[in-house]
Amino acid sequence: MKRYTLIFLIALGLAGLGNPSIAQVQMTNNAFNPAMSLILDGKFAAYSGDFSGFDFAGFPLDEEVSPPPEGLSLGESEFVLSANVDDLFYGFMTVALHQDEGSTEVELEEAWIETLSLPGGLGVKAGAMYSDIGYQNSRHPHTWDFVDAPLPYAVMLGGNFADTGVQLRWLAPTDLMLEMGAELLRGESYPASGAGNSGTGAWTAFARLGGDLGDSQSWRLGLSYLSGKVVEREYDPGVGPGTDLGAFSGDSSVAIVDAVWKWAENGNPRQRNLVIQAEYLLREEDGLLDMAGDNFNGSSPYDISQDGFYIQGTYQFRPSWRVGLRYDRVSADNAPLLPPLEGLLETAGSPSRVTAMLDYSRSEFSRLRFQVANLDNGRRSDSQVMLQYIMSIGAHGAHQF
Amino acid sequence: MKKWVVLVLAMLASPGLVHAELKVFACEAEWAELAKQLGGDQVKVESATTGLQDVHYIQARPSLIARVRSADLVVCTGADLEASWLPLLLRKANNRDVLPGQPGFLAASKFVTLLEKPEVLDRAAGDIHPFGNPHIQLDPRNIGLVAAELAKRLQALDSAHADTYAARYADFKGRWDSAVDGWATRLQTLQGARLVTYHRSWVYLFAWAGLVEAGTLEPKPGVPPSSSYLSELLARLKGQEILGIVHASYQDSRPSEWLSERTDIPVLLLPHTVGSTPQVTDLFSMFEILVSTLEGAAR
Repeated sequence: MKRYTLIFLIALGLAGLGNPSIAQVQMTNNAFNPAMSLILDGKFAAYSGDFSGFDFAGFPLDEEVSPPPEGLSLGESEFVLSANVDDLFYGFMTVALHQDEGSTEVELEEAWIETLSLPGGLGVKAGAMYSDIGYQNSRHPHTWDFVDAPLPYAVMLGGNFADTGVQLRWLAPTDLMLEMGAELLRGESYPASGAGNSGTGAWTAFARLGGDLGDSQSWRLGLSYLSGKVVEREYDPGVGPGTDLGAFSGDSSVAIVDAVWKWAENGNPRQRNLVIQAEYLLREEDGLLDMAGDNFNGSSPYDISQDGFYIQGTYQFRPSWRVGLRYDRVSADNAPLLPPLEGLLETAGSPSRVTAMLDYSRSEFSRLRFQVANLDNGRRSDSQVMLQYIMSIGAHGAHQF
Repeated sequence: MKKWVVLVLAMLASPGLVHAELKVFACEAEWAELAKQLGGDQVKVESATTGLQDVHYIQARPSLIARVRSADLVVCTGADLEASWLPLLLRKANNRDVLPGQPGFLAASKFVTLLEKPEVLDRAAGDIHPFGNPHIQLDPRNIGLVAAELAKRLQALDSAHADTYAARYADFKGRWDSAVDGWATRLQTLQGARLVTYHRSWVYLFAWAGLVEAGTLEPKPGVPPSSSYLSELLARLKGQEILGIVHASYQDSRPSEWLSERTDIPVLLLPHTVGSTPQVTDLFSMFEILVSTLEGAAR
């Protein structure tokens, strides 16, 4: 089934890419084709030592969070469709394909509709969406300034938080931008799990304020909160020989503070521009952990508190060239578990990373990137080198702030 | 607690609530200036971009979202000039009165004849505009055509002041048409003059004034000039008689200067919109400076 959908989508896409709907004489069924684009992403990664994934003692991770595999690999190939449905609604969908050990997986990343014509600055969105919490969360990987997600996002949100539900947004009629919103979601995505609360297991709230300082500077500040029910979320401590699988049930909450500041001479980012962005995340989880495995067997109340931040700057010094520097770090303050699980959540310091990148964009549609990083997991440090290309074909991408 | 929230919201909202004038949000400075000319005291005009910014490369900044939210009329060039930021801005602003199709949205390019509609759409040819070249403001006759439509929209949206708008339009139209005739007469001696440009943003000026584009500093639209391409261009221009290298205030001046130093062709800073230099204070001074700079180069 998935495969047929895919073939259909690709055929639709090719028809659109080769057949601009602006031709005036042509009045065929594809004249109303949605805006389409295809994003291609490929990587090369080299790691010092035998690095096979994040290994942060005391930080249980979502299984989806893993750095690109060593050597040559394909990132997500994203297919994006969007258009006005009618005068009241707008629709958007992103399907990503990725390769996993020889087979191709299809993932529906986003599929939502949005209102266009509500009064009073209100907007409603419904469907599968990247949550609007934080700054980085709603961004697809191809718009990131670095190859990988910042550590607090990787550890606390499993890369990013996306779920199915509804969102209500309100934009105040003010000169400073003030936007507030809330989401009610199914609660099936990390850090929530199991669609608790009869399928309404997670909610979020966010507010942000933004404006300009003269012609050359602009800024945005945001505050977000995510609360999720966790029903039997898989727990793999990833330590010691043998298998240790368990499940955590309880509550998870994440609070985020984000800040972005951008500078461009006379507000003209084309020639030179500087972007500084930072976020702080705090996650608290409370509940019960059940383990059934070779090394750990038993259950214990589970009460963890993690926090982390990243700060990054990117500077475009010529129209096609940018450099970037990022520092990210996560820490944990976990209540010890009851015996026999007491060793499970012991940390070995706070993992941190320093990353530098250089990228070149021939046009708005292509980007080549070189990135080096040093990751310290508290016990040892690894060097990483990554190369990446990101290309987009089809409709023009949007310049998000 | 609730009272406090209501109070803060009321304070934040008040600047938006006590407006009497029509709020116009223009994507480009030339349309902002035109709206000021036609609206006078009845309108409050804000421009998303200045004469020092490249309108292709703007981000949907929070300040722009906030301004579109409160706008009664959005005036933009359209024809995909703002393709990378305007649709996003309109979706984020949650303002149903200024969506395309509404009287509150005016795409200037719909009311003029577009040049350079590409026959083949292939990005190997650069970041081309599929609907045709959108830099329409550089033919002054187009300004007149857009003014007629803009006056109609102002009258429709603010019918209480319809007579004022009609009178202001008649006055502007008279002054503009006679100024355009004057400029056209002065440019007649320049017919056939060849110029080098940075981006293909001057085709409307060239078509109107009978000038010829001898080459562009960008190898392809949207692709920044590279040194190898510039050397190629230099070789190509050898022996040709070129009036000048046209430079706009928002562009990188180094490629123009590099070429000028090696060819002795002067760099001409031509205003492409209002505010591109401090002297360009309105649409009349924009074309006056444009025409006199070209005249000066020919002397």
